[in-house]
Amino acid sequence: MNNTLYNEIINEHNLRPYHKYHLEGANLTLEGVNPSCGDEITLSLKVEDGIIKDGAYEGDGCAISQASADIMLDMIIGKTKEEALHLCDLFLRMIKEGISPEERDELEEAGILESVSHMPARVKCAVLGWRTMKEMF
Amino acid sequence: MKEKLKQLDESVRAEFPLIRESDIAYLDNGATTQKPESVLRAVDEYYRRQNANPLRGIYDLSMEATEACQKARQAVADFIGAEDACEIIFTRNASESMNLAAYSYGMSALQEGDEIIVSTAEHHSNFLPWKQAAATKGAKVVYFDPEEDGSFDLDKLKGLITEKTKILAITQISNVLGRINDIKSMTELIHSVGGVAVIDGAQAVAHIRVNVRELGADFYAFSGHKMYAPMGIGVLYGRKELLEKMPPFLYGGEMIESVTKEKTVFAELPYKFEAGTVDAGGAIGLHAAIDFINQYGFEQIVARENALTARIVNAMKEMPYIDILGDKKACNHHGIVAFRVDGVHPHDVAQVFADEGVCVRAGHHCAEPLHRYLGELAGIRVHSSTRVSVGIYNTEAEIDRFLDVLSQIRGKMGF
Repeated sequence: MNNTLYNEIINEHNLRPYHKYHLEGANLTLEGVNPSCGDEITLSLKVEDGIIKDGAYEGDGCAISQASADIMLDMIIGKTKEEALHLCDLFLRMIKEGISPEERDELEEAGILESVSHMPARVKCAVLGWRTMKEMF
Repeated sequence: MKEKLKQLDESVRAEFPLIRESDIAYLDNGATTQKPESVLRAVDEYYRRQNANPLRGIYDLSMEATEACQKARQAVADFIGAEDACEIIFTRNASESMNLAAYSYGMSALQEGDEIIVSTAEHHSNFLPWKQAAATKGAKVVYFDPEEDGSFDLDKLKGLITEKTKILAITQISNVLGRINDIKSMTELIHSVGGVAVIDGAQAVAHIRVNVRELGADFYAFSGHKMYAPMGIGVLYGRKELLEKMPPFLYGGEMIESVTKEKTVFAELPYKFEAGTVDAGGAIGLHAAIDFINQYGFEQIVARENALTARIVNAMKEMPYIDILGDKKACNHHGIVAFRVDGVHPHDVAQVFADEGVCVRAGHHCAEPLHRYLGELAGIRVHSSTRVSVGIYNTEAEIDRFLDVLSQIRGKMGF
């Protein structure tokens, strides 16, 4: 008990997200839904020459789903599609089966969601944004 | 003749191993209740000493098993005020009971163009089977919306009932709103046009005294596991006159009089509706759960649970960031309070509670249409809520522990 998920980083991304707005001129947009929580996000990316130039999301859901999407966008903007998919694979693996400390370092801020791997009821929330991005590409 | 009731106080906790042996505050009784020793013992004893296939064997052991099942059926009939034990059909749970009513009664009674009135507060189990029956038969589902305070307006119902109305499906106590509905008046209205009333009693049977005949219920469904009995046993009560005319729902063993290649004669009630071996252990556990409830009596149970509910509602009123679904008055919540915390998603609310060892439910509680409807009424998007629901073993100290966490949630979420 008291092993809370809600640290300052998650709360900050949830309450004051950097990337939660309508992105004009996006060329990739996909809606992701987590029916168990009722979380919804619409992820929009602007991809040029294989590079994610900009990205944003809109939606409504629990703090875990919203903060995870915000953190993801922080990490993938400016990266190539391949780099983003690599991070996505690391993230999904971290939640589902576990990763090495080096791999966790690669995930930077997203690594704080590792504890979700022990919370089966929240896994779908944490992976919603990432899963949606993977489906887009 | 009437036995003296056992006094209901905190000593009841000692009868529940899971409550006694853990330090969680279990406040999700609307989802399922914990099981007392007497129920666990009854199931165990049945399989140790009486187990045989009921109704099949000629030998003593099978007769004992048959008798134990029959006693359980009679106990259920007495518990809900049914006239005859043959009106009690054992199912797996309330959902299966509703499906039995919809498939057997609904599919044979409905004609194209008929109407089914379904309340918007229904659990999906008293919602989807009727939608399905309507779609199959070309009938129409008409929705009966509650008011913002969780009540149902009888005049509104009068306005919805037409000569085409064949069925009214409504819950006695909504698993979200927690208010007791005036079922008696509603069944009178539906009977006036020759329709039948299908009542969901899942949130009622463990918490208030139920009498299906006083209510005028034609069908009444509930689950054992929400009334201190095992999971996997449920009940459909049906009025004998209706059940006799209905076709079987499931076909197979022990639901026939005779089967030849040419002709099948179905068994008498209730066996016609109980294909295959029944969950005898579950039925015996249900009997023990009824005895457990009866030894305290509903007067004490209602007083205790309503006092706990009032403690919750009255404290929430002092928290401006809490919005209670349904009525704001404690007297209209019977053990169930669903609420929203401003700015915090219900799953995060339940997570904070879980981190503190307090078990509450988050989500749409299988009542998605109700949440969306309440959101429309309030002009906001509502898909889910957090729900606290009490049972016989909960204490004021547990409620205070719940309220203490509740008061800290916004702070923990960064507000």
